[in-house]
Amino acid sequence: MGIAKNDIVLEIKNLNFYYGELQALININLEIKRNTITSIIGPSGCGKSTMLRCINRMNELIDDTRTEGEIFYDGRNIFDSDVDPVKLRRKIGMVFQQPNPFPKNIFDNVAYGPKMYGTRNRQKLREIVEISLKKAALWDEVKDRLLDKSLSLSGGQQQRLCIARTLAVEPDIILMDEPASSLDPIATMRIEQLLREVTDDYTIIIVTNNMQQASRISEYTAFINAKERRSGFLVEYGRTQDLFIKPQMKQTEDYISGRFG
Amino acid sequence: MKPREQYMESLRQLKNEIMKMGILVEEALSKAMKALTELDSDLAESVITEDMMINRMEIEIEDRSIALIATEQPVAGDLRHVITGMRIVTQLERMGDHAVHIAKSTLRFECKAFKKPLIDISKMAELCISMHREVLSAFMDEDEIRARNLVDLDDEVDSLHEKVQRDMFTGMVEDESFLSQALQLTYISRYLERFADHITNISEWIIYGKTGNHVDLNG
Repeated sequence: MGIAKNDIVLEIKNLNFYYGELQALININLEIKRNTITSIIGPSGCGKSTMLRCINRMNELIDDTRTEGEIFYDGRNIFDSDVDPVKLRRKIGMVFQQPNPFPKNIFDNVAYGPKMYGTRNRQKLREIVEISLKKAALWDEVKDRLLDKSLSLSGGQQQRLCIARTLAVEPDIILMDEPASSLDPIATMRIEQLLREVTDDYTIIIVTNNMQQASRISEYTAFINAKERRSGFLVEYGRTQDLFIKPQMKQTEDYISGRFG
Repeated sequence: MKPREQYMESLRQLKNEIMKMGILVEEALSKAMKALTELDSDLAESVITEDMMINRMEIEIEDRSIALIATEQPVAGDLRHVITGMRIVTQLERMGDHAVHIAKSTLRFECKAFKKPLIDISKMAELCISMHREVLSAFMDEDEIRARNLVDLDDEVDSLHEKVQRDMFTGMVEDESFLSQALQLTYISRYLERFADHITNISEWIIYGKTGNHVDLNG
């Protein structure tokens, strides 16, 4: 596909993942380009979210799972024994399908991560909160009520708060698992606009079931399909425009055209 | 019910409508040529009147295509075929206009007979009609090879057009009274040459629809 070597931020090599006996991912190979949005699409149960959770080692929190293969980030295999998964998750953040703000006020939600990683200075924390909320396009809506409960925000605002919370710890990569699937079209558009605006500073990998969303926002798209017993394998990976106008594989064409799945 | 059956049916209907429009254009050219060779002004008038139907079909097919894009969001091959269909109907509408131009030229002839039989112009029209049938079949079958092969026939039409132009010029020099007739026949030859060019444009869109690659067959 021709991504220059020094533009690759993440390299997934021969990744296999098992839930007990079930192989959920089969030999995934993927190179993610720095400062881009990459969409992962595929039918339900194909392993999209599983793959996303491999990238920041979240799957290790699930019992009876096994990972084979390598994921290189910053020149190192993230599965090496001396890689600290907590530190890794600071650099590779995650935003989930359902907004999940902490039951705290807006300020504390964003300041939580920096505090946990050692920032104590109140002024510094204020700066981080303001910058993060501005990047998440939420500042103007909440600047006068930072001490309000986060749960008083609308669904779309809560999701932007979660994005701000992720940005506050200065990650390199943000993993997003259907971040707009529970939002109305206007809230979805705001999130998409926000994602486009932050790619100068971050690399985003987004799992989405919304084909139009993938085609609208991402520069690259990977299509994962499932064999019997829900084992996911990579069918096609390339520039989004090529994949949606001229896919190379019939399976891709059938899936994105809604002929199966 | 298969996935997106209604959508697939809409795509099929769109294709059928384009075929119907293509058949109307063929009829228009056939009638225009018959009106010309027989100097039948009533038939020529009917070509002009019936062109409204072709124009209306262009708009209807475009509206249908836009609605399909807006409501079904086709992608990949489907998207290419919808876009291709919209491009093709634009070409067909212009081809219909060329048939009208031939009919209007026919109405301008004041003579009862031509100075010489219309051998080369009739040959051009026959070639145009067979090219047109072939391009519609290639469109129906999504056959890029047949679409590409039409270039050779287009070259034949171009050569005949050049020959007609030369003959008409010579005829005008030899006999001044032939001037008006020769001018109209030169125009008609030009309309046929353009008709064939539109067919190769359609071929280019068929190739794009099938492969996603743009080609230039008129270059």
